[in-house]
Amino acid sequence: MPEILRSPTGIAGAVLLSLVAVAVLAGSFVAPYDPQAFHPATRLTGPSAAHWLGTDQFGRDLLSRLLNGAPSTIGFGLGATLLGVGAGTVIGVIAGTAGGWVDSVIMRVLDGLLAVPELLFTLLIVTILGGGMGQAMLAVALAFTPGMARIARSSVLSIRTREYVLAAVARGEPGCYIVLREVLPNALGPIIVEATIRVSFAIMIGATLGFLGLGAQPPSTEWGLMVAEGRQFMFRNPWVVAVPGVAIALAALGFNLFGDALRDSLDPRRSVRG
Amino acid sequence: MTFGYLLRRLAAVLLVLFIVTFAVFAITMILPGNAAIMILGEYGTPESVAALERQLGLDRPWYVQYADWVGGVLRGDLGQSLRLSLPVSEVVGQAFWNSAVLAVTALVAVTVIAIPLGVVAAIRRGTAADLVIGLFAYIGASMPEFVTATLLLVFLAGPATGLLPAGGFVAPGESFAGFVSHVLLPAGTLGLILTAHISRQVRSEMSDVLASDYIRAARLKGLRERRVIRRHALPNSLAPAVAVISLDIGYLLGGIIVVEEIFAWPGLGRLLIYALENRDLPVIQAVTLLLATVYALSNLIADIVIALLDPRVRYA
Repeated sequence: MPEILRSPTGIAGAVLLSLVAVAVLAGSFVAPYDPQAFHPATRLTGPSAAHWLGTDQFGRDLLSRLLNGAPSTIGFGLGATLLGVGAGTVIGVIAGTAGGWVDSVIMRVLDGLLAVPELLFTLLIVTILGGGMGQAMLAVALAFTPGMARIARSSVLSIRTREYVLAAVARGEPGCYIVLREVLPNALGPIIVEATIRVSFAIMIGATLGFLGLGAQPPSTEWGLMVAEGRQFMFRNPWVVAVPGVAIALAALGFNLFGDALRDSLDPRRSVRG
Repeated sequence: MTFGYLLRRLAAVLLVLFIVTFAVFAITMILPGNAAIMILGEYGTPESVAALERQLGLDRPWYVQYADWVGGVLRGDLGQSLRLSLPVSEVVGQAFWNSAVLAVTALVAVTVIAIPLGVVAAIRRGTAADLVIGLFAYIGASMPEFVTATLLLVFLAGPATGLLPAGGFVAPGESFAGFVSHVLLPAGTLGLILTAHISRQVRSEMSDVLASDYIRAARLKGLRERRVIRRHALPNSLAPAVAVISLDIGYLLGGIIVVEEIFAWPGLGRLLIYALENRDLPVIQAVTLLLATVYALSNLIADIVIALLDPRVRYA
């Protein structure tokens, strides 16, 4: 792990992710105000000593709302990715180890699903499931599954013919043991790298759904929803949309940078050329 | 390029599209609340809903509806919009051209900007130029379209600056200046994330190529640096760039949904959101199938271009 911290990308990513982690874990405890409390006297103000990041159309403190919304925004990204990666890995491992017609059928179906742009796919599923945080998370997870399954499959295929796997087969180990103990741990690298980068996509898609009114619902402080609610007032106080918007970008940036550094450290060919 | 390679790729595309029709149809069939309920709203009695369902053909078994729909698609008949009382092909057709104008403008701008950026970053690796381009690429790739769009609106379309219109559409044939001023913000929003992505990919490929033995050989041969880059390095880094651009068309097609909604651009994305809100199944099916077809065809074209650029692919 420390090797990651040697590249500037890795350091920047780690710093951003630590900030995000602090906001998620301690945010609602250190928030200076109640995120839902109205302060009619100070509506739509810019940054000041009393309100570091300004206030929204009801005079609610933007910093407090930002900190309060961190768990739902980031949690969404992590949850959706975890579900999608889990389901995708299971399908990919099944396709990769089974081979033959099972593999062919699974791959053709995945190709079909991958032909639908990801956001469109997510929108269709959210419409089926109905809006809301949980439904949106499931939709993003489902939209991630085909892509992850493909990566898991190709990762498994590259491991399947290695000597240590063939040795396990020759030893007469049961199939379950070979998959779980020999193939999966060694196929995990590319899957983890892809998953880290996908968290940033998941955060962005989750915020987009919140923005479109299909994800988090008011009075949630989810960041995408904050941008949507602030849009009406953005010309009077740009901070209302800039604060949550930049927060989403920084969180996504953290996962992007860290994922890239992770890939470089796992792939010696890449790390050599820096 | 062998004929067999083309044929195999074409067959794969057709198979994928067949699976897509099935998936799209399955998804729209399990949408809760059908169009009859949506049209009649709160005044619908169970009898009137049943009557309207019969009239719209929604009471038939799913496979009959599917066969009917696919048959229609093959004949170029996409059905009747349930909410707009217009043929779907008419509604979707107009929106398609509006979207195409936006997407192509964005894509051309991106290609023209991103490839040179990536090349410059690779040639000047480790310099300030590389750092700035790299930073821009990371930031661009981390901004969802709605955030970029909102920030662009605040800074360029607000009453304070008022440089550009906040939304709407002017056909290029109608007034070219009007079109340009309206297309700048949506195309810029779509372009940012793609420019980031593509320039990063080109930089990475170009760096690999520049470190390779044949570039060393070309330099040792005494060729001028400009020729080394234009004739030897660039063509070999372009095939992966084309692959990324074709994948990014998927992002682009998703992105137009959000961007059109924000900038009130009367294209497929805006139509789709309207149709989803109103359970206008024939429109949802047509838009989804159309976007998937465009994506699949652009991937096919990209594969052909890559095969033309890189002989190794053709014979694989």
